[in-house]
Amino acid sequence: MAQTGRPLSPHLQVYKWQVQMASSILHRVTGIINAVGSLIIVWGLASLASGPDAFGTFTDIVRSPFGTVIMVGWTLNFFYHLCNGIRHLVQDTGKGYAIESFVRSSWMAIIVSIVLTVVVWAYVLTGSHA
Amino acid sequence: MSKDLRNPLARARGLGSAKEGVSHWMTQRITALALIFLTLWFVITVLSLLHADYATARATIAKPWNAVLLIALIVTMFRHAVLGLQVVIEDYVHTRWLEMTSLVLIKFIAVLAALTGVLAVLRIALGS
Repeated sequence: MAQTGRPLSPHLQVYKWQVQMASSILHRVTGIINAVGSLIIVWGLASLASGPDAFGTFTDIVRSPFGTVIMVGWTLNFFYHLCNGIRHLVQDTGKGYAIESFVRSSWMAIIVSIVLTVVVWAYVLTGSHA
Repeated sequence: MSKDLRNPLARARGLGSAKEGVSHWMTQRITALALIFLTLWFVITVLSLLHADYATARATIAKPWNAVLLIALIVTMFRHAVLGLQVVIEDYVHTRWLEMTSLVLIKFIAVLAALTGVLAVLRIALGS
């Protein structure tokens, strides 16, 4: 940064922690992780096109304990980016900028994404016993 | 007196607006809107295939509507990813050569991955 001697705006450590800080940076973090996740989708499709052996290797890795942990994490990651993305699209129309609703929608994005993750994995894990 | 409001120095350096900002912003939102539906459809499709064997999974993806939506998902997903990653890199990578290299690299990877995905779906749908 150029040393202009001008006053700088206060930075992160000056502010009290607020949920909007988390929801904002999490949107970027989850976006980056989703970009990596999109490569897993391509890997799965390419293995499905290659044949039963390749696809078997793919599903074995995905169903392993390590793969399952990654999948659960990816599910939460995906649903958070989806929920907070919808929140941003609503805000793009100019709505939801009052402090109270801004904070409320931040929490909603976090809570709804956790609920959706639990619902999906409850379905996955209970279904496997049937 | 200058007729426009731009800083003469910025004009001299040729670093003014490239006029692509609105297009970037709008494309990010439109792909986001499409991805709400495409990703939810994809999650439901994957959940319906949890206990499917290879032949069933392949036959499901081979159905025309599923193949079309899947290709739409792949293209939209990587377009959206590049737009988002680009902004993150521009914001946080301050070493110029590293910034440019990263920006080019994510585009190369995204295009290759998207083409790989589309080819896979076509192979499945066309049965080759």
